Amino acid sequence: MTVAEIANKLGLTLKCGEDGADREVTGGYVGDLLSLVMGKAQSGNAWVTIQTNINIMAVASLTDVAMIILAEGLSPDPNTAKRSDMEGIPVYSSEKTAFDIVCELKDLV
Amino acid sequence: MSEPLMVLHYDVDGTDFTVAGEASGAVKKVLKQLGVGAEVIRKVAIAMYECEINMVIHAHGGTIDVEIRPESVRMIHKDVGPGIPDVEKAMQAGFSTASQQVRELGFGAGMGLPNMKKYTDEMKITTELGKGTIVDMTVYMK
Ligand SMILES: Nc1ncnc2c1ncn2[C@@H]1O[C@H](COP(=O)(O)OP(=O)(O)OP(=O)(O)O)[C@@H](O)[C@H]1O
Ligand SMILES: [Mg+2]
Repeated sequence: MTVAEIANKLGLTLKCGEDGADREVTGGYVGDLLSLVMGKAQSGNAWVTIQTNINIMAVASLTDVAMIILAEGLSPDPNTAKRSDMEGIPVYSSEKTAFDIVCELKDLV
Repeated sequence: MSEPLMVLHYDVDGTDFTVAGEASGAVKKVLKQLGVGAEVIRKVAIAMYECEINMVIHAHGGTIDVEIRPESVRMIHKDVGPGIPDVEKAMQAGFSTASQQVRELGFGAGMGLPNMKKYTDEMKITTELGKGTIVDMTVYMK
């Protein structure tokens, strides 16, 4: 399933980086501690987090995740959004908790 | 060891979190252009980012020299920060002296050095208190 299809199914709000919306998503990872995400997230993953600062884009880019989903209705910081647009790694937001997001993701990836 | 195909040099600004990851991002791009395998690129990118960000949050920045050879990628990170008092302890998963301020940004899990160890084939830390730290890592191409 692609990033855009998942966003549609989960009712996510696109915040930035829409150029990457056609990418295929394979699996996912949840976490807010960047060096854990760095070591564990895999290429093509959907990454669910509550971190919004610019460093999530470095981690997303280097681990090659397909999308970032911000839980709890959070929005990316302005420089995070800029970097997301530059790299074409989409950041979405959901009002739901990380737990609820993952429960819905489970059957899709 | 053969002659490097390419040598790259980066200065890492120790005051700006927002640019950390630039050097590792740039090296990732170069390796991709050279046709290096995805698994090797992933290892280099992870190890280099962790080391780069450590130089920013623990050591006021520094320099990175990268040597790309047909058989390996070597990354030498040098800083003139405070040094590491107990390297063995610092290498333990979960050990961190990160400030509250950087913890709020998502750093401080104490997994950076363990990640570097895990994703590289050779890793050597040379450190002197009050002088600085050199982290020298190599990832083999195959
Ligand atoms: N270049 C350095 N100069 C001085 N101290 C360092 C340096 N690199 C690491 N350290 C010390 O080693 C500790 C462990 O480093 P490590 O990268 O594993 O964890 P961290 O940076 O604290 O957290 P994380 O990497 O998980 O965000 C640091 O908290 C710090 O005390
Ligand atoms: Mg670290």
